[in-house]
Amino acid sequence: MTGLSGLRVLAVMVKEFKQLTRDRITYAMMLAIPIVQLTLFGYAINTEPRHLPTAVLMQEDSRYARSITAALKNSLYFDFVAQARSPADLDRLIRNGEAQFAVTVPGDFSRRVARGDKAQILVEADATDPSATGGAVAALAALPDQALAHDLAGALAPRMGTAPFEVVVHRRYNPEAITAYNIVPGLLGIILSLTLVMMTALSVTRETERGTMETLLSTPLEPLEVMIGKLAPYVMVGLVQTAIILVMARVLFHVPMGGGWLGLSLGIALFITGSLALGFLISTVARSQLAAMQMSFFYILPSILLSGFMFPFRGMPAWAQWIGEVIPVTHFLRVVRGSLLKSQGLGDQWRELLALTAFVLVVTALAMARYRRTLD
Amino acid sequence: MTLAIDVRGLNKSFGDKHVVNDVTIQVEQGRICGFLGPNGSGKTTTLRMLCGLLTPDSGSGEALGFDIIAQADEVKRRTGYMTQKFSLYEDLTIAENLQFTARVYGLDRRKARVDNALERLGLATRRGQLAGTLSGGWKQRLALAAATLHEPKLLLLDEPTAGVDPKARRTFWDEIHALAAEGLTVLVSTHYMDEAERCHEIAYISYGRLIARGTAAEVIDQSGLITFHGEGPDADKLARELSTAPGVETAAAFGAAIHVSGTDRRALEAAVKPYRRAPYRWSEVAPTLEDVFIQLMGQSQDNVQ
Repeated sequence: MTGLSGLRVLAVMVKEFKQLTRDRITYAMMLAIPIVQLTLFGYAINTEPRHLPTAVLMQEDSRYARSITAALKNSLYFDFVAQARSPADLDRLIRNGEAQFAVTVPGDFSRRVARGDKAQILVEADATDPSATGGAVAALAALPDQALAHDLAGALAPRMGTAPFEVVVHRRYNPEAITAYNIVPGLLGIILSLTLVMMTALSVTRETERGTMETLLSTPLEPLEVMIGKLAPYVMVGLVQTAIILVMARVLFHVPMGGGWLGLSLGIALFITGSLALGFLISTVARSQLAAMQMSFFYILPSILLSGFMFPFRGMPAWAQWIGEVIPVTHFLRVVRGSLLKSQGLGDQWRELLALTAFVLVVTALAMARYRRTLD
Repeated sequence: MTLAIDVRGLNKSFGDKHVVNDVTIQVEQGRICGFLGPNGSGKTTTLRMLCGLLTPDSGSGEALGFDIIAQADEVKRRTGYMTQKFSLYEDLTIAENLQFTARVYGLDRRKARVDNALERLGLATRRGQLAGTLSGGWKQRLALAAATLHEPKLLLLDEPTAGVDPKARRTFWDEIHALAAEGLTVLVSTHYMDEAERCHEIAYISYGRLIARGTAAEVIDQSGLITFHGEGPDADKLARELSTAPGVETAAAFGAAIHVSGTDRRALEAAVKPYRRAPYRWSEVAPTLEDVFIQLMGQSQDNVQ
């Protein structure tokens, strides 16, 4: 024992630093992660989203009704994207997710305002993600006092202390604003991505790293046989995980399960297949298990941050939403939440299911194309 | 005479590196052919092309009578291939590894075959042990058992005994000779001279080119090499001085003795002359395979990259 030698420590330090800069992926991660994280957290994430898509059903076309929609728009929380023709139409718009809010101005609204007879407008919020609607719902409180101020001047002015109408708010799908209802189904997407993408990427890379892949390919095994044989056990893993999460969601968190089982099953099947194919694709690119791990991480990080899992999707700026739309988890989360909380049918989910199908096809095609060429 | 391997003009490049350059090899059925050459000379790539793991850029040929490109599947089914690194599953047991191989080849009587192989290996009592816990020599024997489980007609071995102790190497080679006696053709790459001498014939490849071919004696004859053996106190220390002398192609110390080789007798005599005095004793000896290979390596260094 000769104590600590500065020179020896330096020798190890210099060696370590050289190796660090030579491992390009690690190097890129060290620099990219702070930049990406800062950009996302700093710019993209807004826990109080504004400009939420709103559908309106005007059962009367009056001056008052128009003043109310104008006032909603001026609050900056609501953007009118659709004019519903019937209550059923309005219901469809909020259920399939095209609108976050549905505003109904009833047919007798003007008459009741004029008579001072308990006039009401109905605002339905898609409250599956309570944090996405909280700010907008709070802003509704000021609406009755201000919206009709110009219209009801002079003789029509309401008595002091009484509002000319009242806003009835329905928080649909999650009336008690329980965060777990939103997070727990979301976790299904995150956990499946984490385990399936990473596990397959690692399991195939392990064969390459340990040299067993070469032995496999020298046998009569076909590449497709290797792929199916290696991935099938993970399909099982994915299904077991899904079952565990859904049972726990029900038993521990009492997450409502309204239905939409067909869409949910299709979504799960597509998502598991796609995640496995993605893991396989990563393994055809990665040379080592470490590289496979890092590449999986590159996929999972944006999946957590930009998919609408952690932060309201509509709270992100347009560019971040564009990125989010490309991430499969985004579409899967919409299917899971839509099925469980909103009882969506296939008619409401076909866009998301189509996106997931595209993901499966593209990634599988890429994985197959890359895999065939790996040994040459 | 049946040729188990008969390939002509094989070429393979990775990027701008021409790894295998116009290699032609014929190996008779039941023969053990040693495949020699320095590191990175294209031995592994050639073996991989023979068993269908890589597609040659050009060239053609047959293994076991099947076209190595068009009928790669047929070749694979009848060929056993053992990679350089131990490439069975370390986290499966000895028996499980063999069972897996048996299934992959779709063999019948799987249980009997696996039991037989274990018996032959002498591992029957350790069948439940994880393959990763075996020593280097045992791992190689297990890999050989796995590669021959489907009773192949051709065995391709890529440096099968690297890092294995001499006794285990001998056992391994005894098994190879036993297999060849049963009619199996073996192409084995190696860096060990004693192993090269145990082969029926040798192919020497360097920088992608096949440069010597034949039995050990033929290869030595073809080299035209003349070797002087020097003895005496500190004779081995002369290696450095002699290696730069004109006419000396290789000078290497063997224990306390020295081997000096060259192809030009007159120049070699001249180089050794200053040292032909007491206490050194010189004699002309037949070059060993190692002398020949070191000379071959030296010659082909000219065309390094």
